[in-house]
Amino acid sequence: MSASTVPRNGHPSSMHPAPGASGSQQDAAGDALGSRLRGSGVDTSHNVILYLEEICVSFDGFKALNKLSLSIDVGELRCIIGPNGAGKTTMMDVITGKTRPDSGTAFFGQTFDLTRMSEPQIAATGIGRKFQKPTVFEQHSVFENLELAMRGPRSPLATLFSRRDRATGDRIATTLERVRLSEQADRLAGLLSHGQKQWLEIAMLLVQEQRLLLLDEPVAGMTDDETERTAELFLSLAGEHSLVVVEHDMAFIAALGGKVTVLHEGSVLAEGALLDVQSDERVIEVYLGR
Amino acid sequence: MSMPDSPSHRAVVSDGPVQSPHPLFRLTLPALVVLFVIPALHLLTPADSAWHLSDFFLTLTGKILCYAVVAVAMDLIWGFGGILSLGHGLFFALGGYSFGMYLMRQIGRDGSYHAELPDFMVFLDWKELPWFWQGSDHFLWAVLMAILVPAVVATVFGFFAFRSRIRGVYFSIITQALVYASMLLFFRNETGFGGNNGFTDFKRVLGYSITSPATRSVLFILSGLLLIGALYLAFWLTRSRFGRVLAAVRDAESRVMFIGYRPQDYKLTAWVISAALCGLAGALYVPQVGIINPGEMSPANSIEIAIWVAVGGRGTLLGPVLGAFLVNLGKTYFTSHFPEYWLFILGALFVAVTLYLPEGLMGLPARLRALRGLPA
Repeated sequence: MSASTVPRNGHPSSMHPAPGASGSQQDAAGDALGSRLRGSGVDTSHNVILYLEEICVSFDGFKALNKLSLSIDVGELRCIIGPNGAGKTTMMDVITGKTRPDSGTAFFGQTFDLTRMSEPQIAATGIGRKFQKPTVFEQHSVFENLELAMRGPRSPLATLFSRRDRATGDRIATTLERVRLSEQADRLAGLLSHGQKQWLEIAMLLVQEQRLLLLDEPVAGMTDDETERTAELFLSLAGEHSLVVVEHDMAFIAALGGKVTVLHEGSVLAEGALLDVQSDERVIEVYLGR
Repeated sequence: MSMPDSPSHRAVVSDGPVQSPHPLFRLTLPALVVLFVIPALHLLTPADSAWHLSDFFLTLTGKILCYAVVAVAMDLIWGFGGILSLGHGLFFALGGYSFGMYLMRQIGRDGSYHAELPDFMVFLDWKELPWFWQGSDHFLWAVLMAILVPAVVATVFGFFAFRSRIRGVYFSIITQALVYASMLLFFRNETGFGGNNGFTDFKRVLGYSITSPATRSVLFILSGLLLIGALYLAFWLTRSRFGRVLAAVRDAESRVMFIGYRPQDYKLTAWVISAALCGLAGALYVPQVGIINPGEMSPANSIEIAIWVAVGGRGTLLGPVLGAFLVNLGKTYFTSHFPEYWLFILGALFVAVTLYLPEGLMGLPARLRALRGLPA
């Protein structure tokens, strides 16, 4: 499907996701796991990359996540929606090790227990995250941002004696082209526009070669044109990577066309194609029809 | 040394591209010349010559060179790592005490009691050297300890502090408490480092008289070389990929974690290197000023170190050297002419720099250009 054909007025009821988009992506996923991806040891033998089961998190009595269960298939492009406070960001915090759940299990592939790993360990195993507020290294150039994110040794000793090589430069150049930041390579990241920072952060995920990408509001602050190009980029990433996208922009979600999960008060309210979800009575009540 | 070689290299901290080589390289040769000319003028000219540089001048400058090393060490962790230590005087003093132990042993039987043990031990009626004084007869051991003791203390403290994710003002307060507690510990006679008198009345180092012009000159030159070495080390560290990760930790620590680095490892490495540099500076400082006592660990001293760096300009390497010189020359002048006002002046300086010159004196040219409406 082409993202540019989707109406962009943002009203949910006018969305028409391309038929079959989500299904075909999932089917292609297994084959598409390209050879470029490292053998990170993530066991996806059941074709599932992420399992969350009965996750509970509470802050001072407020239940941010309430028995949340969710699973993401290999190569899937999943959108998560839900009103503010539904637990979307907390869910990402649990997956990336920032927040420890009070109870429940979180597995990356069949073997990695995310509730027992630190943030850097989880990142090294293959989960990348883009924050809601674009977070790049503002005092570093765009090139250096990607260089730091690039897959490679992470210990102080290794970075002290590491030298730039041509392969790194080429890989960064290719990635910059992909997110249309080639012209900006030598600028300080702090000088980029909001949308460009979002793209830089996405590019940082790409050079890390992560299996699972968590993207928190990736198109917030982007122009319509940038949003469209982001949708194209994500569609080209699905299959090769698994993506979990949290967004409020319904047009963007429709353009992605994947399975949609609706969160409400810390648990899954509904799941399915966008059209089905939008016609679900409960969803309309808590979210769409407010 | 990895030098910038492609246009995509950038200064770790800057508000724009850096195309020209760092001024450090241009300044090295002139600095080396000055470093040898000053002692030459002290040694080779008669005391009544207009060209003669006095004992006082040589010792004061040598002392400030040691302070400048501490300022560079502080810049490494504060300017580049975003970690404000208000306890760096501890590492400086530990280096000083380590080397001071050797100087105490060099006194031999020339102390007031003409005893084998240092005077303060005789006074305390101790009969033999405590275990931790073993080895202090040897120069190289003392130099090694001046590096290792601060480094080990920094490793233990840093390991727990960074692992517990103590940051910002909380970290600063804990370092302040650490240096204060250490001062109280060293004030006690039983601790074994001369109580509140510390170590003094040194006679010689490596057998040479410690007050002879030649010894003073050598110590001065060594201090200068240490400063240049510290600057090159810091330059190399901050321009390496390590330095870029460190600066990234300073600017967006959680982002660094989520791309798979362990920030605590980077902080700890920089922290320990910084502490070891302070220890070496302390070891060169003590023979030049002729005394080390727990006063070096007073919280105010450690805060002053941060002020040198803030005045000169954080994250600029050369700025802190400038700051250390200016503030200490000012201190020497004001404490001899208006001693009661010095602390007020120091405080006012800190406030003024924080409010009007956040980049310190190194940021002054750019600020003036901006004021006149010229391009940066």
